Amino acid sequence: MSAVIDGFAVVLEPTNLLYCLVGVVIGMLIGVLPGLGPAATIAILLPVTFGMEPVTAVIMLAGIFYGAQYGGTITSVLLRLPGEASSVVTVFDGYALARQGRAGAALGIAAIGSFVGGTLSIVALTFVAPIVAGFALDFGPPEYTLLALLGIMLVATISSGGRIRALAAAGVGLLLATVGRDDFTSAERFTLGNLSLADGIDFVPIAMGLFGLGEILYNLEERHRAVQPPAKVTGVWPSRADLRQSSGAIGRGSVIGFVLGILPGGGAVLSSLAAYALEKRRSKHPERFGQGAIEGVAAPETANNAATTSSFIPLLSLGIPANATMAVIFGALLIQGVTPGPQLVTEHPELFWGVVNSMYIGNVLLLIMSIPLLGVFVRILRVRATVLAPITVLITLVGAYTVNNSVFDIGLVIGFGVLGYLMKKAGFDPGPMVLAFVLGSLLETSLRRSLLLFDGDPTGFVTRPISGTLFAMFLAVVLLPLAGTLLRRRRPAPTAGGEVAAHPEADRPTDTAQTQTGSMEPGPTVNESAENRPADSQQMKSGLVAGKPVSQSPSSTGPADAQVGSMAERPGESPSRNPNSETKEPE
Amino acid sequence: MTVLVGYLPTVEGEAAFAAALDEAVRRAEPLLLINSPRSGAPVSADAAAPAELATLTKRASEAGVALEIRQPSHTGELSEALLAAADEADASVIVIGLRRRSPVGKLFLGSAAQQILLNATRPVLAVKPAHH
Repeated sequence: MSAVIDGFAVVLEPTNLLYCLVGVVIGMLIGVLPGLGPAATIAILLPVTFGMEPVTAVIMLAGIFYGAQYGGTITSVLLRLPGEASSVVTVFDGYALARQGRAGAALGIAAIGSFVGGTLSIVALTFVAPIVAGFALDFGPPEYTLLALLGIMLVATISSGGRIRALAAAGVGLLLATVGRDDFTSAERFTLGNLSLADGIDFVPIAMGLFGLGEILYNLEERHRAVQPPAKVTGVWPSRADLRQSSGAIGRGSVIGFVLGILPGGGAVLSSLAAYALEKRRSKHPERFGQGAIEGVAAPETANNAATTSSFIPLLSLGIPANATMAVIFGALLIQGVTPGPQLVTEHPELFWGVVNSMYIGNVLLLIMSIPLLGVFVRILRVRATVLAPITVLITLVGAYTVNNSVFDIGLVIGFGVLGYLMKKAGFDPGPMVLAFVLGSLLETSLRRSLLLFDGDPTGFVTRPISGTLFAMFLAVVLLPLAGTLLRRRRPAPTAGGEVAAHPEADRPTDTAQTQTGSMEPGPTVNESAENRPADSQQMKSGLVAGKPVSQSPSSTGPADAQVGSMAERPGESPSRNPNSETKEPE
Repeated sequence: MTVLVGYLPTVEGEAAFAAALDEAVRRAEPLLLINSPRSGAPVSADAAAPAELATLTKRASEAGVALEIRQPSHTGELSEALLAAADEADASVIVIGLRRRSPVGKLFLGSAAQQILLNATRPVLAVKPAHH
């Protein structure tokens, strides 16, 4: 317990407080800007953190991550322009409320919900993470092998952009991780005789290229139709009735966000979709959703904040990043010489509790700042991409150079930037690739260590109790979706109707800006042709979850974007061919 | 032939619209309103709100003038976008609002109004807002 209190002492150091503030302000800014997400920003800012203490660095980076969730709300509500993917569902009711002149109430309830969700999630994190870490202290190389495999598999399964594509990207990531000198035999692998590659490819250029430069290039293509600045927001405090109406949604959103945030590949986007779906399903008047239901703002905003916080649990207690942003923070820790893992709580208690407790402070700062600074954030949106992009690219390249004073690294950043751009163009999510790259070296060393332990006998993975269990989970993650696909193939496309093409935009917020008059307005929709089995049909009503009949693992109840992906794999059931599966527009 | 007005949601734009409306009535020609924010940013102060445009439409119909509103976003110079629109619609007159800009400001930032005045091949009516 004293460690927890010592953590507060760490946070309250002036430097850490300052960087916490800097982090949340940057987070809110990039949350407001459509396109540039937290993963990209953290990747770009990685070189800046080198001069800092590890605690300070992670406090700032964490601030960017959860700050972005607050920022994304603002543009969703005021301009129907989600700044972050996790705020896409907020658009439906948030913008409807704004048009009724209740933008203040929507923003207020979002800020309160975010605060409550974030804070509850930190409290839970405070208790859960040390327990998980204590449990994980017993983990040996075989357990880590399977944990890394499971992490990569889960991310690839839940990721946006289709399972096959995510797996392909993860495969490339794993291959990239093998470049460089072999740790066990010192043999040079894939170095092409190049000295710069002998130590392997650094994580920083990969993250900066794929997330940073790739995203900037991709966003240059997006053409926004400029809209007039929103009217001044008044009456920020939600009424008593609003609070009463949303209290349940905030509570449930916190739980959903916390649970989904822990899952690899889950995180903010998935949890905001799930929380919105749940509220709509529970509501006695689901038709109010999309017309300005305050719960429709409260639930997803609470959930995405709770999820960003809880996604720190796998990183800080197991050393396994749960999503792309966590992978970048993982990289930041490695650069600082801190290996995240179960030993973190005991070996670096100041770092662990410092980061966790900084989130309390950060959430308070965000609650105080988000509303008064609205005008400033909206002003940021007037900056043109043609001004913003060159500056960001310059910062990225200068940063890439300063890490190792290496021009080769600049080349790498540009190379991976082009790759990231092409991947996005082709519908691949760079997230799984970066994650697989990060987990790749862990996977390789633990696999080879365990094989040394077992004298080369792979059955050892199954006979050890913990690794055996993890292996069973791994098999479940691999086989369940496969089984689902097979089952669906056998039946003549009954569930295809349930595959509502919910909101493919969920993954690419800027797209929604272009299709403003299109599918955004009505929100997730009911599909009557959906199957009537209770669990499934309920989920389908939300338009978010899919017709995967076997829904035992979270991976098989993926969000809209995972759905879109799986449809891409089965062209025969594509929504364009099945009129029932098109999103219905309840006018 | 139409009367073309370059509109911005400002006092100057308001003055230009009022003058253009009078001109359209006098010439008995339809009125074409161009409101062109610069593309590239999600929000632009130059973009007119739908509510604002609705009021303008109402005023035009009260004056018995057919009003067409176009909101193309432009890259590069605003004057080029406006002149291109004038050529396309074969405008009989272009109405613009003038805002006060100091000589130094004009040196650095240029002046869209000046470029329109210099480059236009058709009559230009330049309007200043009334003093407050």
